[in-house]
Amino acid sequence: MRLTDLPLRQPAYVDLIDWSVLSPSEGQRLREFGLCEGASVEALHRGGMFGRGPIACKVGRMTIAMRRSHAAAVTVRTGPDSLDQDRAA
Amino acid sequence: MSALPLVALVGNPNAGKSALFNALTGARQKLGNYPGVTVERKAGRLSLSDGRPIELVDLPGTYSLDPGSPDEQVTRDVVMGKQVGEKRPDALVIVVDAANLDNHLRFALELIALGLPTIVALNMVDLATRDGLELDAATLSRELGVPVIATVAVRKRGLDHLREALGDMLGEGRAVRAAAPDRDFDALRAEARRIARAGIVRETPSRRLTAAVDRVALHPVFGLMLLLALLFVMFQAVYAWSEAPIAMIEGVAEAAASTVRDTLPDGIIRSFLVDGVINGVGSVVVFLPQILILFFFILMLEATGYMVRAAFLMDGIMARVGLSGRAFIPLLSSFACAIPGIMATRTIADPRDRLTTILIAPLMTCSARLPVYAVIIGAFIPARDVLPGVGLQGFVLFCLYVAGIVGAMLVALILRMTVTKGASGGFLMEMPKYQWPSAQDILLGLWQRAMTFLKRAGTIIFASTVILWLLLTFPKVPDGSPVSQVDYSVAGRIANGLTVVLEPIGFNRDISLALIPAMAAREVAVSALATVYSIDAGDDEALLEKSLGDRLKDQWPLPTALAFLAWFIFAPQCISTIAVTRRETNGWKWPMFMVGYLFALAYVAAGLTFWTATAAGL
Ligand SMILES: Nc1nc2c(ncn2[C@@H]2O[C@H](COP(=O)(O)OP(=O)(O)O)[C@@H](O)[C@H]2O)c(=O)[nH]1
Ligand SMILES: [Mg+2]
Repeated sequence: MRLTDLPLRQPAYVDLIDWSVLSPSEGQRLREFGLCEGASVEALHRGGMFGRGPIACKVGRMTIAMRRSHAAAVTVRTGPDSLDQDRAA
Repeated sequence: MSALPLVALVGNPNAGKSALFNALTGARQKLGNYPGVTVERKAGRLSLSDGRPIELVDLPGTYSLDPGSPDEQVTRDVVMGKQVGEKRPDALVIVVDAANLDNHLRFALELIALGLPTIVALNMVDLATRDGLELDAATLSRELGVPVIATVAVRKRGLDHLREALGDMLGEGRAVRAAAPDRDFDALRAEARRIARAGIVRETPSRRLTAAVDRVALHPVFGLMLLLALLFVMFQAVYAWSEAPIAMIEGVAEAAASTVRDTLPDGIIRSFLVDGVINGVGSVVVFLPQILILFFFILMLEATGYMVRAAFLMDGIMARVGLSGRAFIPLLSSFACAIPGIMATRTIADPRDRLTTILIAPLMTCSARLPVYAVIIGAFIPARDVLPGVGLQGFVLFCLYVAGIVGAMLVALILRMTVTKGASGGFLMEMPKYQWPSAQDILLGLWQRAMTFLKRAGTIIFASTVILWLLLTFPKVPDGSPVSQVDYSVAGRIANGLTVVLEPIGFNRDISLALIPAMAAREVAVSALATVYSIDAGDDEALLEKSLGDRLKDQWPLPTALAFLAWFIFAPQCISTIAVTRRETNGWKWPMFMVGYLFALAYVAAGLTFWTATAAGL
């Protein structure tokens, strides 16, 4: 499921990020925000009327805002997994 | 350069560096610029527990040592010892947000690896506690290999500890450890995560106050209504709260003028003091309360964390004119002054987004325009309520601000299709938690703005007013001549020449007179009018008694006044804005472009207003 389709306030974690959709600087900023494969995410708010605005989501303990076009590059999975288990595996 | 030990505050944006800086240095701060770049340098002195003074600098926040914007470049260069005009810091204080350690420790690890004597300030522990997170500083210290001190910058907690640790660190002359080998981003992140986990004593589900508030504040409909309501209240307050202090300042100025009139004989010196200094500069200083009210709101919006929400709400709309919501923050600060606004565009990574934002920033109604609007509105718009509690004057002011915003959006749209054409940049922002700002931070901010404004009044505004007074006073009109002193003077002759161009849009000689010195600073338009009418009145007691507003009401038809307001929406450029635009865009091309298009718009807008108002029989 893409991050854009994730229901609000449902905890999930990042499965895959299509870095090719993002410019290098945007990619870097997202990684600095802690968005990476395995990170926990939760969509909190969608802005804008007619589904055009950005979305606010929680990544780890931080809340960040990004455009839908960027959020669409992030594939998420819901479930019990977390980064720690992911790494251990 | 001072020989004091230099300590730099570094860390992620919103970690609380500036709050910590304010708490440690109080009012002993010096604002400056790094040479060659327009990044603000904030430095201040503080005394350690043993009384030793050190110098503290507050570096721009950044997420890593890989700079993404000019601001972040400075931070990197300073800590690496490569910044011109700054010695390499003798020690670092890394400020981290206790509630967001995973993220902030990654950058902290990067900084610790530089090998400078380092202390970590574990800041915002109060917010972490609010979120149900309890941390152990000792464990973190052991893991990081540097002292970790829990602080709450806004409540001044932990500052003594921090000063003590700094004293120990600088006293020991601790040897700089060899820098650790570069580790890649992912390795640092994993390490940061591990240490953050280790430092957690207890973690209970948080109350999530911020998420609850955001459900309303970021709502597509209610959120926008809230934003509009906040802005509306802000502009109403500018009038409603300022009446009493303005009356006080006016009283003082009047008393001073009449004292001078009573004590000095009629002559050049008396005219200089009364017409030039007291009436000229005084007419501008009177607006200090309104400017401070405006700044108060903007500082509050920033400090509470709401400003980023406004950017979030506006992103959808901004995207339609080819900008990002991020541009909204510099644009909103431009309501106070375009100069910090234009400088704040440095946080916009995309160069075309940034240039467009710079070019439209002067369309946001800066506080220097407030005196102009206030005088004209006060004179021509009746002080009655359009709705209960909604004054017509405040409403007109609100409309002028809206006109500036709409104009800016249209200009941005056109620019993005022409001169700054290209794919638009994205919108990526961290959203800080809401919180109540500390009174000290707000008061300090207001104090700095007040001083800046009074300094302007004492220098640029004073000088332009004096020059105008000279040009209006000489040559002296011969006795018995039918020509008035103003028309006979140098300034009057220049203005009469200009009137040819400005007459079609309803501007009279006095406005032409006011517009030229207003290039130095927009408020001077008001002081210039005050000086013109003061000289014009000569010895006529009845005229001298009248306020500037009453004189304007007698002499200007309503369409002229409205056209003058419309002109100032687009406004003649002030020199400082042109200078800062030149600096930020590295050349004369863009400032010239900006001045050209703004004058053209101002002329057309004033003309349309005048012709429409005249046709409507106002
Ligand atoms: N509750 C709380 N708020 C803080 C603390 N330190 C800073 N803040 C607030 O956090 C926000 C960001 O702080 P600021 O100093 O501007 O961060 P900077 O970007 O690192 O300079 C401001 O609203 C501060 O008032 C703290 O220890 N506790
Ligand atoms: Mg700061």
